[in-house]
Amino acid sequence: MKVFITKDVLDPYKEILDYEKAALPPGKHGGVVSFVGTMRDFNDGQDVRAMNLDYYPGMTEHHIERVCQEAMNEWDVMDCLVAHRVGEMIPTDPIVLVAVWSAHRKDSFDACRYIINYLKESAPFWKCEVTTAGKKHWVEKNSEDPGVAKRVVRKSA
Amino acid sequence: MDLKVRYFASLRDRMGRSEEKVSIDQGKVTVADLWKKVSNAPLPETILVAVNMEYTDAAHELKSGDEVAFFPPVTGG
Repeated sequence: MKVFITKDVLDPYKEILDYEKAALPPGKHGGVVSFVGTMRDFNDGQDVRAMNLDYYPGMTEHHIERVCQEAMNEWDVMDCLVAHRVGEMIPTDPIVLVAVWSAHRKDSFDACRYIINYLKESAPFWKCEVTTAGKKHWVEKNSEDPGVAKRVVRKSA
Repeated sequence: MDLKVRYFASLRDRMGRSEEKVSIDQGKVTVADLWKKVSNAPLPETILVAVNMEYTDAAHELKSGDEVAFFPPVTGG
């Protein structure tokens, strides 16, 4: 499993290939399912020209690792890679990558959806958008995936 | 009891600071007590809280040296 946060421009497809070569035994996985989230130039009816993503160093990585581990416990998954961009970015920039390898496709589809949904729901990141009019505002909430039951953030202490 | 308190995103803007050291001289201190001390208000349900980087709730009892973070709903991904 690999989880990392980066301020640099993310090249998700290169990350998938590089990680697969470095960490997956050849010939054992039947596929990789990936989700790549990219920045839109609109949100809630407003034109957006830039965004700044804030996070909680330490907690964010730890939290995503836990979500990946939950997915690996739940499904027959060989490996997971999650990368998330922070700092300044512009529309079309990749923001997040979730890639999951498994022997059979169902496990990687289900695990990938689980990871991206719970990352969006509970990993400590915050988006601050800059509109084309130059106004800055914090995004108040993410859209929900109607296909997945809402998970309450668990008390883990 | 000495605590490190951190604020993120819109809450950092609202509080006008990203972190502070807080000393509370009483036996039992919960997250809700700490929030009241730093903000003079009850903890709103919309604010999330983590102690030592683990999600918890208003009733969580703190100990000296804890890092307590308050932040708004998350919007990553």
